[in-house]
Parts: sequence; structure tokens; C-alpha cells
Amino acid sequence: MLRYDDAVRIYLDYNATAPVAPGVADAVCRVLTDEPGNPSSIHAFGQRAKARLDEARQAVAALIGAPAAEVVLTGGGTEAINLALRGIAEATEGAGRRHVIASAIEHEAVLITLKALERRGWRVTLLPVDRTGLVSPAALEGVLDDDTALVSVMHANNEIGTIQPVAALAALARAKGALFHTDAVQSVGKIPVDVTALGVDLLSLSGHKFGAPKGVGALWVRRGVRVTSQLTGGRQERSRRAGTENTAGLAGLGVAARYAKDTMAESSPRIASLRDQLESAVLASVPGTAVNGDTSSRVPNTSNISFDGIEAESLLIALDLEGVAISTGSACSSGTLEPSHVLQAMGLPSPRTRNSLRFSLGPATTAEEIHIVTTTIPALVEKLRRLTRRVAAVGVSH
Amino acid sequence: MRVVVAMSGGVDSSVAAALLTEAGHEVIGLSMQLYDQRETVDGAPAFGSCCSLDDLHDARRVAAQLGIPHYIVNFEREFKATVVSNFVAEYAAGRTPIPCVHCNADLKFATLAERAAGLDAAAVGTGHYARVLYDEDLRRYRLLRGVDEDKDQTYFLFTLTQGQLAHALFPVGHLSKPEVRAHAARIGLSVADKPDSHEICFVPDGNTAKFVERQLATAMPVGEIVTADGQVLGEHQGIHKFTVGQRKGLGLSTPKPMYVLKLIPADQQVVVGMKEDLGGVSLDATGVNWIAGPAPDGPTRVTARIRHRHQDAPATVESTGDTTAHLVFDEPQTAITPGQAVVFYQGEDVVGGGWID
Repeated sequence: MLRYDDAVRIYLDYNATAPVAPGVADAVCRVLTDEPGNPSSIHAFGQRAKARLDEARQAVAALIGAPAAEVVLTGGGTEAINLALRGIAEATEGAGRRHVIASAIEHEAVLITLKALERRGWRVTLLPVDRTGLVSPAALEGVLDDDTALVSVMHANNEIGTIQPVAALAALARAKGALFHTDAVQSVGKIPVDVTALGVDLLSLSGHKFGAPKGVGALWVRRGVRVTSQLTGGRQERSRRAGTENTAGLAGLGVAARYAKDTMAESSPRIASLRDQLESAVLASVPGTAVNGDTSSRVPNTSNISFDGIEAESLLIALDLEGVAISTGSACSSGTLEPSHVLQAMGLPSPRTRNSLRFSLGPATTAEEIHIVTTTIPALVEKLRRLTRRVAAVGVSH
Repeated sequence: MRVVVAMSGGVDSSVAAALLTEAGHEVIGLSMQLYDQRETVDGAPAFGSCCSLDDLHDARRVAAQLGIPHYIVNFEREFKATVVSNFVAEYAAGRTPIPCVHCNADLKFATLAERAAGLDAAAVGTGHYARVLYDEDLRRYRLLRGVDEDKDQTYFLFTLTQGQLAHALFPVGHLSKPEVRAHAARIGLSVADKPDSHEICFVPDGNTAKFVERQLATAMPVGEIVTADGQVLGEHQGIHKFTVGQRKGLGLSTPKPMYVLKLIPADQQVVVGMKEDLGGVSLDATGVNWIAGPAPDGPTRVTARIRHRHQDAPATVESTGDTTAHLVFDEPQTAITPGQAVVFYQGEDVVGGGWID
């Protein structure tokens, strides 16, 4: 449990962001205080900074089974995704292909960027998902054509945790001569990710989802695949990402990547077991609940649950006032909840797109915390349902 | 006790939250998001500037300054279903609505109050200039004008039921606006000098007709502009563009300025006349809510207000049914406008109010 604003709080929102992993804060601090060099400088300071950067790159590469030289360090997951989509579009559109395919449940970082591509003349096809949030390879096969330059399907979904059959999808894309990008922001650090096994060409990741500071991430680009830099300037990152590197943050990314790789085999089943306890306790104690998303192909830390007859927003606030931090996957610019585009795409009835909450656990989550949460929820839900029923019975007064 | 404060990001509700916090209550700030800020029509914003992202951020900043939790709740559906739909329907029916009353009645003291109850809050506080008082003798809650006569907002609160008043807190009701601003400045609130909001908050550029047309998505029928004795003076592009008392925008070339006297939706007619014809002495009200007690038995002397910015005038009101009343002013009043509220006062007390029919 975390102490925060003089209160003991339970944090179950790891898919939004995670506290830093052990050793990360020290590594960041060390770079900030003792290693002030610019990695592009020739002198000793620069060499030291460059070495730190390469350590980080090595650690990230090791986490995803890639050669270090193919890893572009970025200012976060969204930047990596933008570099992948826009960078590929710019590098390939001269060859004539101008069609991009993505799933309907991608993160906004992908969906909004595709809208930008659409404005510059690209054709965008969004793949449907089934009731459990899975994209079917047959659906991809049906829309791939000779014009398709790029397919982008996320590895694991941020709201429901469903893991897509990326390897099968990527094989289809490549057979048609299209490149394949996967947004692996929600899978890297949680489950083993290997770019060779996935058979993709580009993979985006975000550091702060697995214990690095915010504002650092990476894009892996298979050797031979050209991406046009979206930031122009110096020749950092092999001319694919101009600008002096965030050495402190990236040092933190390296430490977090190593930590995740070293501890995943132990932490992943433990987190999955706590998540399953949470899920079965809520389903057993609260009638009118259901899990959203595929439960067999899912990252170990995520559970998305619908609560019939309430607004997710109300339960989220009520839980926060009890010291339990959770969220839904989707938030608009003001931070309020919107009907989830993911649950909509899954074909869930409209109320369920507004009454679902996401619980996402992490390495520091304890059985005691899960116990507190599962014993807190039933009474809160019952109270909210009672009020909703009363209001429904009275009707809106004028 | 735990209380919810409806925080708009303006100075009044910010100070309301501050005062309740200073009084030792456990305050939770809730701000209502009423429409999708990104929604545009032909590239222009579909909605006005109130409760904009900036306002919501202001509310959040004030809450952080006060050290209270703050949440933005999404009432887009409820706002559309209650306030906006009523607003559009009223204009289309030739009436001039006041959405602020519906916003209070159907959102702040309904949906928001329900959310507050779900959070175990004992009351909902707002930044209204009004006072609520429990009268031991009457065993009723009384709604009193705000101490700042110029800012009094009881006109917008006439629908409140005893149940709603029992859980309502109006912490700035006993202060003047300058005192509210001074308090905000004294405790260093960032919104101390923020200008007051005006106009209908959700209508962009104050262009009501355009907003109504867009929401209706069908063209309003054109019609005639006529005098009271039936003489046709011109044509108009829809009665939703007019309100009783309006002089500008009639498109008439008459020797003397003409005013809208009434709108006849059945015939799509706009009836115009001289300024002196605008006066009226009586009105019927529907949806009447009696606050100070049960509906009075016979004619009752009150002062009545027919617009927010109307000086309440002496009148006699009589209940004519469960939720209807008939009111006769002592002197003719200018532009009694269907769709607006009429609110009855006795001194500082709000006796009740209803909708002008």
C-alpha cells in the first residue's frame, strides 16, 4: 500500500502508469547529479553519457529479443507509435502503396494518428473484433490488398488486456508485402515479448508502464525497414529521432527493463493469481457482474468488469474516496469517462460500455490489498444500485 | 460532515467550496462536463464556452489549492436529454426558455445530488446567491433571497422541493459579490478576478437561433409578421428567432419601432405592435412549486418577478390547480414572456414559482 496525501491507498491502475521499479530512481538521480554529459559530445562526459544510453538500449533490446542497434529510444510510447506510423507512411508512400489497416480497439495514439494519415490521402481500414476483443486473422486476410503498406495491431489491449494473435496476423501481412507494427505498450514488461517470435517489423513500447520514468519509450525497427524521422535536427538515434536524449530517464528505462526481464517469471504468475482472486471474488459477491475480454488470452494483471445498473464513474469515485485507485480505459480530455470505444467495438450493449471498470495490478500488489478491495466493492455497488433504482422509479422531476 | 460542492470553475462556487472547507466539512468537488468539447459543426464549436475545459481546469486547480478531492463527472447524456432538448423544443414552440432553471432542477439538484448521495455526502453545496433556512414553526425549509440583491439567484431555484432544499447549501448566499471576490483573493484562489459568466452558457456566440436550427436538424417553417389586427407587415424565417419584447431583427420599415408582442406557434405568426402594447397585467403559470408552504387557499399578496433582471412588482397570486396559478400585477409589466419563470416573493422569502404559459 502506498502512503499518499496522508492516506493509505491501494493502487490498481498499473495500465495507466506504474511506480518506478527498484533501482530506477537511483539510476535517474545518478545521471542527473553525476553524469551531466551530452551523449553526442566527444569528450569524457559525452562518452560516459553515451555508454549509459547504450546500456539502456541493450536492456530494452534484451527485453524484447531484438538487436540493440535496431532500437530507437524515444520520448515515450505515443512518440514511438507516431514515429512508426508516420515514419513508415512517409518512407513508403513514394512506392505507391497508401493503405493502412489497424484494429478498431487500438489506443488513441494509433487511431488519432491514422486519422492524420487519412487527411493526407491514406485509406484506413479498421478491423472488427469479436465479442471477446480478438481480431481474427480471416478478417485481416479479407481486407489486405496490394495497396496495403502497413498493418498495425496492438499486442495487448489497455482496457481489457486481451492479447491479439499478432504472429498469425503479421505472417498474413508480410505474405502480402505489407509491413507490420504492433503497439506493445501494454504487454512489454508484463509478458515475454520476442520480436522474432511475433514476426513483426516494428514494435512500440512505453517505459512508465513497467517501472521506468514517464516520458521514455522505444521503437524497435527491423533492420532494413526505413522510417522517416518525425523530429528533424541532429543525427541522434541513427537519424531517426533528432534531439538530445533524455539520458536520465533513459537510464531509468534501462534499469526498469532489466528488472522486468529478471523478475517476470516470478511476478507474472503471482500477479495473475491475485487478479484471478479479485475477479472471482467480485463475480461471486456482486450479482450482475461480468468480465469483459478474452480470459484465456490476456495479460496477467488486467481485469475489466461490468457492473450492471450503475455508472462506472460513480463506483470509480466512491472507490477513490475509500482509497482504492482504479480506472476505466478511456478518458476524454477533461478526464471524465466516455463510453469505451473498445467495448463498443466488441459489440457490448450500450450500458455495458459505461458501467465497466478496469483493475490493473502490478508487482507491488499484495493479497491484503486485493482482500480489502473485494470486501469494499459489494457494499458500494449495492448502495449505488439502490440510488439508481430510486431515481429510475421517481423519474426526472421538472 | 461530508458534502459535495458543484464546482463550475467560477469564483462563486470556488468560494463556496472554500467556505465549506474552512467550516471543517469534508468537501468533495464535482464538476459537470455537459457536452463534448470537441464537437464542432463546420469547424466551429457546437457549444458555448461555459464549463469549457478551461473552466474545468480552473475548478481542479481551486480544489488542489483547497486540498480537496475533485472529480469531473460526465453528464453529457443527461444535459442533452433534459436541458438542451427542452431549450430547443421551447424555442421551436414559440417560447423563451430559461435553461438555467432546468440545469439546477434536473442536473445539479437531481443527477448531481444523486451522485452525492452515492458518495455518502449529506448535502450539495453550490455557488448560488440564495439562502436556505429551516423554520422550526413551519417545519419547512424556506428559500430566501441572497443578501446581495443585485446577484440574487433565487429566480433560478424556484423548482427546489423540500427534499432538495433539505440537502442544499448556499455558502455565498449571505455574502455580497465583492465580499466573495475579496474572500477568494484573501485565500489566494486563482479565480478571484475571473469575470462572471453571461448569456446562455452552451450557445456559442450567443446565437440562439443558429443553435436551435442545428439541434433541430429540420428547417423551421417561415411565417408572417402581423399586427394585432391582422395586417401583414412582412415575413420571417421561423418563430424561434423571436422573443417577446424584441425590437431588433424584425426587418420591418415602419415609421415607429415595432416590438414583438407575442408568438403564435399554431400559425407560425409573429405579432408586433407599439412599445405601449407590450404591457400586461396578468399571467397563468404552470409547473408551479410552492416553497414556503402548501398552495395558498385564496388570493395572496406577493411581489413577482418575470425575468431574472426584472424588479419584482406587487401582484396577487392565486392557486388554480395542483401545479397551476393565476397572477395579476397591480401595474402593467413589460413583456410577460411565455417560457420564462414567474417567481413569487414575500419580502425575502420565495413563496413559489412556475412557468409563464
